[in-house]
Amino acid sequence: MSNSRERILNTLRNNLPTQRELPSLDEFTNQPSEGDVVARFIEVLRTIGGAVIEAPDLPTIAHYIAEHYTGKRVVSVVPGLESVTTQGLATDPHLLADVELAVLNTHFAVAENGACWITDVLVGDRALPFITQHLALIVQRSTIVPTMHAAYQKIGQSAQDFGTFIAGPSKTADIEQSLVLGAHGPKSMTVFVIG
Amino acid sequence: MNEQATFKDHATLADKFNADEPRVNWHDKTLWFIREKRDRAAWQLAEWETLRETASKIKDNVLSNLPTYLEQFEAQAKANGVTVHWAADAAEHNAIVHSIIKKQGVTRIVKSKSMLTEECHMNEYLAKQGIDVIDTDLGERIVQLAGEPPSHIVLPCIHWKKEEIGQLFHEHLGTPKGMADPQFLTAAAREHLRERFLTSPIAITGVNFAVAETGEVVVCTNEGNADLGVQLADVHIACMGIEKLIPQRQHLGVFLRLLTRSATGQPITTYSSHFRKPRVGQEMHIVLVDNGRSTRLGSDDFRNALKCIRCGACMNTCPVYRRSGGHSYHYAIAGPIGSILAPGLDMKKHADLPFASTLCGSCSNVCPVKIDIHDQLYKWRQVLAKEGHVSSTKKIGMQGMAAVLSRPGVYNIAGAAGRWFMKHLPFVVNNRLNPWYKQREMPAVPKQAFREWYKENRKK
Amino acid sequence: MTVGLFIPCYIDQFYPQVAIASLELLEKHGVNVVFPERQTCCGQPMANSGFEHLTHSSNELFIDNFSGFEYIVSPSGSCALHVKDHLHADKREHEATAIRGRIMELTEFLVDVLHVKTLPANFPHRVGLHQSCHGQRGLKLAQMSELVAPPFSKSEQLLRMVGGLELIPLDRRDECCGFGGTFCVAEEAVSAKMGKDRIADHIQHGAEYITGSDMSCLMHLEGILRRQNSNVKAVHIAEILNGNVNA
Repeated sequence: MSNSRERILNTLRNNLPTQRELPSLDEFTNQPSEGDVVARFIEVLRTIGGAVIEAPDLPTIAHYIAEHYTGKRVVSVVPGLESVTTQGLATDPHLLADVELAVLNTHFAVAENGACWITDVLVGDRALPFITQHLALIVQRSTIVPTMHAAYQKIGQSAQDFGTFIAGPSKTADIEQSLVLGAHGPKSMTVFVIG
Repeated sequence: MNEQATFKDHATLADKFNADEPRVNWHDKTLWFIREKRDRAAWQLAEWETLRETASKIKDNVLSNLPTYLEQFEAQAKANGVTVHWAADAAEHNAIVHSIIKKQGVTRIVKSKSMLTEECHMNEYLAKQGIDVIDTDLGERIVQLAGEPPSHIVLPCIHWKKEEIGQLFHEHLGTPKGMADPQFLTAAAREHLRERFLTSPIAITGVNFAVAETGEVVVCTNEGNADLGVQLADVHIACMGIEKLIPQRQHLGVFLRLLTRSATGQPITTYSSHFRKPRVGQEMHIVLVDNGRSTRLGSDDFRNALKCIRCGACMNTCPVYRRSGGHSYHYAIAGPIGSILAPGLDMKKHADLPFASTLCGSCSNVCPVKIDIHDQLYKWRQVLAKEGHVSSTKKIGMQGMAAVLSRPGVYNIAGAAGRWFMKHLPFVVNNRLNPWYKQREMPAVPKQAFREWYKENRKK
Repeated sequence: MTVGLFIPCYIDQFYPQVAIASLELLEKHGVNVVFPERQTCCGQPMANSGFEHLTHSSNELFIDNFSGFEYIVSPSGSCALHVKDHLHADKREHEATAIRGRIMELTEFLVDVLHVKTLPANFPHRVGLHQSCHGQRGLKLAQMSELVAPPFSKSEQLLRMVGGLELIPLDRRDECCGFGGTFCVAEEAVSAKMGKDRIADHIQHGAEYITGSDMSCLMHLEGILRRQNSNVKAVHIAEILNGNVNA
């Protein structure tokens, strides 16, 4: 096995083309953001199948959830929104198979593509955002950035073990290019924009 | 079965594909529609062409520093508790994956989309070792049930109609006969595969981007199948070609803006997951695969193909791919990019592919990393002719043509003779043996050639 | 100004009217046109088939014929592009390089060198423009739909100077017609299908004529049109611009 490693690296070293410098990303990161990022985020997320609700505070969200998910298993990993949890996390992610709604915080969101960034510190269990039938994310208005360049500036060198951008509900168009919302991940995704 | 006897080249397979014209129209229109979606998405970004140029330059830098980036990536990944394996070729990749699975004593696993594993024929190999691999991407699951390879790297069953998928699901999943509603069928697949996710201790994924700076791998899906599989498994095996590296995390900003817009016209896939460290109690393995890539790096003419981020835009725009279908290319990756990759692995088997093109250049201009695809198609033709992979009839014909065209006197006689035959004995060319004549009339014969007119009317 | 007129082999043999129109059009704009009679072919059919290494003699012949001209003009985008990209000769690389820098396709010569602003021609018909790939993507004769960039088209610019001419829109502005050199017979099924689809796009938008700057594309489309017994005619842009379409 280490034989292959040496052989591969040696062949690569012998076949290296002339050095090409890395381009600067300055023109992307220095771009002034055009227009209202919050409005753009909401518009794009709705286009890609996400639902967006602008909420004044957490109790409003709690009320909404109680109304729409009565009798279902809800797991919330949001400090201040514990009340909606009907049955909490377990050590074994398989035991989350019957979760109807998962409610999670986000670090920030991206206007150009409706994506929300979550890492393992917010996710509760890494399986939760994927195994749940429906997903709700909470986005603070002030954390919305215009582009992915701004997003990676925000992420910087942070050492999360796991992170993901989630843009809307799971989907597929594999059958004759017919868009179906709800493939293997959540069938719906609601973002509560707060603040 | 003798593979030699049954092997059919692109032209033969494409001819067969064209026997059903309405179906060709449907296949062509569906893929063109996706090209149009890409265009709309690209036009939303005024900086689109600058992004392409930047991505191209980043990949140029990666290729000129590949061993350094690979070592950096490996060191970071190891520090994160990930086991890194190196496979010189497809066989070694398959053996490594098998050994990891065998160690766990597992016989049923799930796999999300990975063209690399397709290239290595991993599923077939594992099946022979008694390991049941379920492809969890809906499109891949469909072709898996049908016993076929995917026909497109992003849209695996683009060549299947919904009624046919309905029939397939009726046979394999017990859905009602005649049910062809995509929503219903997708829901049925969700149930069927959910059971597999919940009972699969090992998940194999591909890798869209591997970041040298941090040792993390990024996997992009719309369906969430990669994530669901990995998060319910005890072991995550990520398989990747060594060219999938990018230098720094911030470069993901460039590539994630380009990838899905180029592929399907979406601004981003639903999930773009960054796997750096496995969960506590979980094992994570990364298999780095060479399989001809290190050799290709040394080729000035063909190195650029290593920049490919597997978006499929070249396939969607290619007028030949749209009218011949992925299976006409007899290789894991079809279309323009497949045609410049395949001959590198097996020149004899894939000698026909660089000729399955009019060299129109559309592919090179939708490519998010500016691979000079149509130039490479031309260059492969020169290599294949020199290596003797072009038919001898063609070779003799070309030598004859070269002889005539370098001798003006002979050319004049040949030209006049040809026109005489076409005018007085048209049946000599207007017959079934002349492939031009199958669906086209031959050009009309003029009274005189231009050079004769010029002599009479202009030459002093 | 004196230019060397480079006439592709199939135009010389089968479409002399295109060469005549090109010559007349240039002469009307004060250009002294010379047709070197020992010319035959640019070598593209051999090179595209993988036999570039057999084109040494035809390259030498090309240099014999065209060395020394201020410009070399050709009513063929693909041939002009081939020479521009691939003309080399071991012992005469200097001359080859000079030719590569001076060869131009007809419409680009009319627009970029002669700066033609008006044309006395009339052609009161509905015309579809077929944007040949090599000219468009290779010689940059028009903007390609793949790029996020401002539109332009030298052919369109010239056609809009022709009296009464109505340019029709197309669903797919610059899809390939499927000729592709030996591709037209080696991959006959796909080639013919591509040609049929191009024609259907033009006909759907009411074209009476299909024009372009590459006779090879038009020869392929014309072959299909005639097989379909269509009233639509394929005609080279030189003939329209010169005002003497015989159809």
